[in-house]
Amino acid sequence: MVPLSYYLILSGILFSCGVLGFLIKRNIITIFMSIELMLNGVNLSFVAFAAHWQHLSGQIFVFFVMVVAAAEAAVGLAIIIAVYRTRETLNVDQVNLLKL
Amino acid sequence: MLHLILFLVFAAICIAGAVNLLIQRHPISSALSLVVVMASLAAEYLLLGAEFVAAVQVIVYAGAVMVLFVFVIMLLNAGEEDRIGGSHVALVVGIPGILAGGLLTAWILLKQTGDLTIGALLGDPKTIGSLLFHDFLLPFEVTSVLILIAIMGAVVLANRPETINPGKKEN
Amino acid sequence: MLSNTAYLVSSVIKIVFTIFFLLTSVAYTVWLERKVVGRMQNRWGPQRVGPFGLLQPAADGVKFLLKEDLTPPHVYRPLFIAAPLIAVICALSSISVIPFGGTLTLFGYEIPLQVTDINIGLLVILGITSMGVYGVALAGWSSNNKYSLLGGLRASAQMISYELSLGLSLVGVLILSGTFSLRQIVEGQQGHFLGFIPKWNLIYGGQFIAFFIYLMSAYAETNRIPFDLPEAEAELCAGYHTEYSAMKFAMFFMAEYANMITVSCLATLLFLGGWNGPIFGPPLLQSLLPVLYFLIKVVGFLFVYIWVRGTLPRFRYDQLMAFGWKFLLPLSIANIVVTALIVAWRA
Repeated sequence: MVPLSYYLILSGILFSCGVLGFLIKRNIITIFMSIELMLNGVNLSFVAFAAHWQHLSGQIFVFFVMVVAAAEAAVGLAIIIAVYRTRETLNVDQVNLLKL
Repeated sequence: MLHLILFLVFAAICIAGAVNLLIQRHPISSALSLVVVMASLAAEYLLLGAEFVAAVQVIVYAGAVMVLFVFVIMLLNAGEEDRIGGSHVALVVGIPGILAGGLLTAWILLKQTGDLTIGALLGDPKTIGSLLFHDFLLPFEVTSVLILIAIMGAVVLANRPETINPGKKEN
Repeated sequence: MLSNTAYLVSSVIKIVFTIFFLLTSVAYTVWLERKVVGRMQNRWGPQRVGPFGLLQPAADGVKFLLKEDLTPPHVYRPLFIAAPLIAVICALSSISVIPFGGTLTLFGYEIPLQVTDINIGLLVILGITSMGVYGVALAGWSSNNKYSLLGGLRASAQMISYELSLGLSLVGVLILSGTFSLRQIVEGQQGHFLGFIPKWNLIYGGQFIAFFIYLMSAYAETNRIPFDLPEAEAELCAGYHTEYSAMKFAMFFMAEYANMITVSCLATLLFLGGWNGPIFGPPLLQSLLPVLYFLIKVVGFLFVYIWVRGTLPRFRYDQLMAFGWKFLLPLSIANIVVTALIVAWRA
């Protein structure tokens, strides 16, 4: 018998780690992976609440979140490859030609 | 009791993987830590009874999306990150700030009641399938169009410029 | 139903027995391959070590253990050592949901001949197969060698492409059985029709196209001829396992053959009726005969694997990918549509 709040705290920790990674890291692929970590944290809280309110739509929504995350990963990685081909770097600080 | 022990073991693996993603400098180690996080999240879903979601998490997320990430890291030959000079003020104020905010949130959450049993809501494929095709039919069809758009977008974006205009040659 | 301690004890015994059996089968599948391919090429195959060369796998095992395990200095060490471990762990775990027979009644306990019967057994096997791609990809990358990298990338791209048609070819069987649990799929194939023809999913269920797609996707998933360009010796100097020697190479080898055996067991369960067959005799024989039928069907499927290996030439890589994406995938989707229409029309 695990309290619901434990699942929510775990989900919160995963989400915060994702946000920290997004803000701290400089490699664009690692930033993208932090986005995936955030989505996973949210998925966990969806499933926990589905179990709490005994309503399966939480799990269905997790399904849709996964599909959207997969589509976003495909397109995002294609963009990263295109950016790498022109800029020759994976460091976000160096993609700054539009800077004033 | 067994539920609590299993939950804590997999939660510890999740958090260790998430922290490792932040600490590691080489993207491939971060990618593999994320795979570990996803696999232990699948175990957490099983503890909550969501067996179909757990299987889809392993097959789609850990087995396909992360393989895509690992491919891109290998193809682009991503090296280790350089150390950046972060601001010290951010460290001194930020870390206690995050801890304070986190502990406050955790304290508020812990005051909620509600226990979950092991396998609390069984999400077997039959029930999820009938829900997907009856109540959630429109989102299901829209996501299939979304995936089609994503496939076309990825193919076009990742194509080398010469192959889009094969007739153009430099004079 | 078993009490908790009896369940635990029987599970541990089943796990030990299954792993031992799987590892021995891997060794003897290598022997079978060498003998059969040798005979097809009009030569003897191993025949010196023991009668009919039956102790050859033992000799190979000793060789692998005693060989020098060389780790080149330029590799990325953590992943170099972890990659064969990932491959072997994934190859050995998927045997845990495969049922070998009905139930065995020993000392008054009814023991199902399966390590664990999950509701989503088939999805577990697909998931573990998806995780096995990491072993190959990481082995190719961590070797820090352009041939290994190319071989590793090609092998993993091939594996994830053919996983799609592998999974989709099984959806026809799922529509017919209505469940993901492997035991219930086999129990749905009991009985005969027209007197003597067994009600296998291949014949009565009409899944012969799905079987054909599954066969080819299985050859591509396990990187076997005709789809073994990524690990061919002449093309890519052994691809992703170029830099591996002795025990680590033996682990990749074991993982490949264990994957072959798992895929054959799955084909037997889903298409060839599993352990169903004529049962007769005293109760102990009645419990053991299904296991014998299962083994005969699995060995038959492995023989087809080895037969194809000895006969066909290799596909070029772009032909291979075009075959998977442009032919097998639409064909498996068409199979799903036709099966669903027939099942809906019958209901």
